[in-house]
Amino acid sequence: MNLNLNLKFNLKTKKNFFSNSFIGLVLCFLYLPIAVLIIFSFNQSKSRSHWTGFTFDWYLKLFQNTVIIKSLFNTFVIAVVSSIIATIIGTIAAIGINSLNKYLKSSIMSVTYLPIINPEIVTGVSLMLLFSFLKIEFGFTTLILAHITFNIPYVILNVLPKVRQIDKYLYDAAMDLGCGPVLAFFKVIIPEIMPGIVAGFLMSLTFSFDDFVISYFTSGPTSQTLPIVIFSMTRRKVSPEINALSTIIFISVLIILVLANFKKPTRK
Amino acid sequence: MKTRYKFLAWPYIIWLLIFIIGPLCLIVYFGLTNEEKKFTIENLSIVGQYTSVLWRSIWIAMISTIITLIISYPLAFILSRKKAKIQSFLMMLFILPMWINFLLRTYGWMTLLENNGIINKIFGLFGFGPFQLINNKFAVIIGMIYNYLPFMILPLHSTMIKIDQTIIEAAQDLGAGTWRIFTKIVLPISIPGINTGITMVFVPAVSTFIISKMLGGGSNFLIGDLIELQFLGNTYNPHLGSAIALVLMTIILMCMSLLNQFDTEGKEDMLL
Repeated sequence: MNLNLNLKFNLKTKKNFFSNSFIGLVLCFLYLPIAVLIIFSFNQSKSRSHWTGFTFDWYLKLFQNTVIIKSLFNTFVIAVVSSIIATIIGTIAAIGINSLNKYLKSSIMSVTYLPIINPEIVTGVSLMLLFSFLKIEFGFTTLILAHITFNIPYVILNVLPKVRQIDKYLYDAAMDLGCGPVLAFFKVIIPEIMPGIVAGFLMSLTFSFDDFVISYFTSGPTSQTLPIVIFSMTRRKVSPEINALSTIIFISVLIILVLANFKKPTRK
Repeated sequence: MKTRYKFLAWPYIIWLLIFIIGPLCLIVYFGLTNEEKKFTIENLSIVGQYTSVLWRSIWIAMISTIITLIISYPLAFILSRKKAKIQSFLMMLFILPMWINFLLRTYGWMTLLENNGIINKIFGLFGFGPFQLINNKFAVIIGMIYNYLPFMILPLHSTMIKIDQTIIEAAQDLGAGTWRIFTKIVLPISIPGINTGITMVFVPAVSTFIISKMLGGGSNFLIGDLIELQFLGNTYNPHLGSAIALVLMTIILMCMSLLNQFDTEGKEDMLL
């Protein structure tokens, strides 16, 4: 009996050992290139595989690189502007869509999801055709329009479930107590769906920041975003500034995630 | 409340017509016309000359999707059986790399796989190599698996946490073996997750032009590269480019409807 139990226990620890090392292995695979990028951002020589000594030079060079700094600024402006506009359009649309009949609702929703389901390159190329057809000059305007287009679905995705959950009686009560439809909209509906709006906005912001493919097809020479500059840097295989940039991005993402996770329990 | 805010949908419907339906119509229009704005199927027949590229794209994307599934499936299951706190921490670790721009991550692989890169240096220490690890199909597949792995893990994990551990224990008590538990409990519940994961990996994989460019060298040209070349390359030809995009969309639609054959209830999940 004792032996049997012992055997079972051994089997279980063995199983755990295997599953844990599998997780570890996949994590190694995921973090290997990132670790290499970070380590070689401190390398003295330009070599990407030969360690010659520690330095912060590439970080200094990065901050003096006007192309990168300007593109970072562009990315920021485009992400914030397009996310705000997409959030407004998407929120209003979600409230409207919720009021439509079933048939119209489902057909609008399937069109809404097209930019998510379609490959990015098709969305990018089709918008490029549209902008040249409408003769809009490629630059900030086209980039912002494109980003709004691919951000709206994420806003609707987050807001629509919240609109569905609104307590109908709360709205009716507000109307009975003398709220007009406009006041009820701002006093009842908007506060009720606020969590969805915020989530949609944040999602848009991250997708905007990260987008390369659609921006690549809709940007002009004066409106390069950071991912586009990164792409041209990787093509030319130049300096470890790009490694320094990756390190900074990684550390900022890490800080944001840790902060977000610390905040969660207090909100509940 | 419902009737009063109906009008709010109309501005959005106009937006949809201009920015989603309009561009797609333009693709169809350009794909089926020539420079004199006359109807032609010439562009589509030119796409026929690139069948090798089409097949290569589908083939590479399929292999990457299958390997990603093979890695992710047991991983998602193991993760879903961990304690809630450990689980959320591990999931964060798996999502974190996604927040770093994929160009940078792919660049990281470039430096790893190079002929005098780190992996070859390690091989060199043991007296092997150097091997040709970059600018071939192998590198493209590695790049795809690497970039899209979280897209497979996430939907699988979110369906697998729905599997109650007590059900598995009950099955064990009743004498079901591992295989039986897998085919009767785990697999049926996780099918929507598998479908979502496959779509989320296959669609970007079959249409990428970055990974093939950065890791595939010149010889591993994919559909995405072909489209990009027509719109931003030297051979500017939006008509041919649109025709290729049409073919790409058809391929994806066909693959997705094939997948839907296996799916009975996962539609709602797919949209997320």
